[in-house]
Amino acid sequence: MKKPVVKLELQDGKNSGSSRRRFIKMSSLAFAGSTLLYACSEDDDFNPGMEPEPEPEPEPEVFDLGSGDLGILNYAYALEQLEAAFYTAVRSGSYYSGAPAEEQELFDDLYNHEVIHREFFRTAIAAATADTPEAMLPDLEFDLEAAGIDINSRDSVLATAMLLEDTGVSAYNGAGDRIAMADYLVIAGKIVSVEARHASAIRSLLNPNSPDFAGDDVIDENGLDPAADPADIYSAVVDLDVVATPFTANNLPAPQHES
Amino acid sequence: MSIIKMLDEFSSENLMSKKSSRRDMFGTLSSFGKKAAIAAVPFGLASKSTKASAATSMFFDHVGPLQLALTLEYLEAEFYLRALESGVLEGGSREETAFMQISKHESAHVDFLMAALAEDSIDSPTFDFTAGGAFDPFNEGDTSMEVSRAQMLALAQAFEDTGVRAYKGQAGALMGTPYLEPALQIHSVEAKHASEIRRIRGLKGWITGNDRGDGMPEATQDVYDGEEVTSQAGIDLVGYDYGDSPIAGDVTAAVTQAFDEPMSGETATAIASLFIVDES
Repeated sequence: MKKPVVKLELQDGKNSGSSRRRFIKMSSLAFAGSTLLYACSEDDDFNPGMEPEPEPEPEPEVFDLGSGDLGILNYAYALEQLEAAFYTAVRSGSYYSGAPAEEQELFDDLYNHEVIHREFFRTAIAAATADTPEAMLPDLEFDLEAAGIDINSRDSVLATAMLLEDTGVSAYNGAGDRIAMADYLVIAGKIVSVEARHASAIRSLLNPNSPDFAGDDVIDENGLDPAADPADIYSAVVDLDVVATPFTANNLPAPQHES
Repeated sequence: MSIIKMLDEFSSENLMSKKSSRRDMFGTLSSFGKKAAIAAVPFGLASKSTKASAATSMFFDHVGPLQLALTLEYLEAEFYLRALESGVLEGGSREETAFMQISKHESAHVDFLMAALAEDSIDSPTFDFTAGGAFDPFNEGDTSMEVSRAQMLALAQAFEDTGVRAYKGQAGALMGTPYLEPALQIHSVEAKHASEIRRIRGLKGWITGNDRGDGMPEATQDVYDGEEVTSQAGIDLVGYDYGDSPIAGDVTAAVTQAFDEPMSGETATAIASLFIVDES
């Protein structure tokens, strides 16, 4: 089985003269159904190593997050990759460079935490897939511009940060009941509350002196945060057009209980 | 059963081995609907042959964790109601706005957990938010309004940060039950509260090391001890090579902030007990 060829390419805006924009380069294709692409790539294997015509590039085999706890770990890793890539980009933008110290410090912290989460999952999943490295989610590419995200705009940065943090909380809450190993559940719990602390801080920054830090737009009448199904999170993230590396989430475990 | 007795029992081993009858189980679960109860049974059986060994033995033991949760929610709900009635917070202030929103959630959590526990629900303990005279958060004594306000916010921070850690500490015990997901949904709301209260107090929304933060009474240190963890699942995240993504500032601080740590039921009980009047 050939490994999907995807990598995170950060264009260094400082040297490219193309302004401060340091976006995450998209080199990949539109999202498509996994079964078809899988079939295509099997065909490609028939003629491996054919160099001459670089166009069209062979369809990369689409990665599926997998099943069981590994699927959930890959799922979390994908979300953390997205968050880390976003905050990495934010810190290279003109909003950040001109922001008050307090806001810079906030984004430094968010960047730190999400990078640490991402690297934690990278290491943990690599260990868990030592014998089956093809089962580990590769580095994803993201295209913030295609998603209409402007890292030079405070409004755009804060709105995106809120969306990502809210999504993270909802995703981890919805994943908990699909985890089989208690150790993984505890790790997810250790992370989700930090995502929730982030969501609150960003919401507070967006609308200071308001109830929005734990707003009625997300928390229901029982005082509960959302807990979204992975399928819904997956569609929502795909709909953002921010993920340039196609992957699928077709085999994630079902919840142990309907709540 | 008095609350103290319940809490004592909670932190003792025999609670963990206490089994409800099958009939009790269905009775308790009925508030979540029969579908959930029936769906639970195959999992309980199936888990015997899987790695999820904790789930089977814990299945009958959701009562203890939820009673602890309800106790903490009683404490928070009453604290915020009394805080808002006390007149200590300035009308229309950021503090009052936050307290009103948090109060709404904590009262909803009480109702939700009472319904979830059904006949296993417990009555509210009697609270003393002065902790035997150590604090005067509602300005009932001759403390200055400023000091009362500072104490009120400090207690709110301690309660919220405790809530986050306590729910996390019970998640494992709720695995394989219909209560895990709602508990997680409450847990993240407590974290949102904690973040705002901390920021109102001039702190970061997250916990660095086991630092309780400026202005927090020493009595609250138990809330923060154990937060200083730098390795997760055996991975040393401080010594890690972050390569092209260097950590901004102090790596140890960042790593400890990035993960909230669970708290045992025993510790959570001890913290809550500081504010509970023993009526036995």
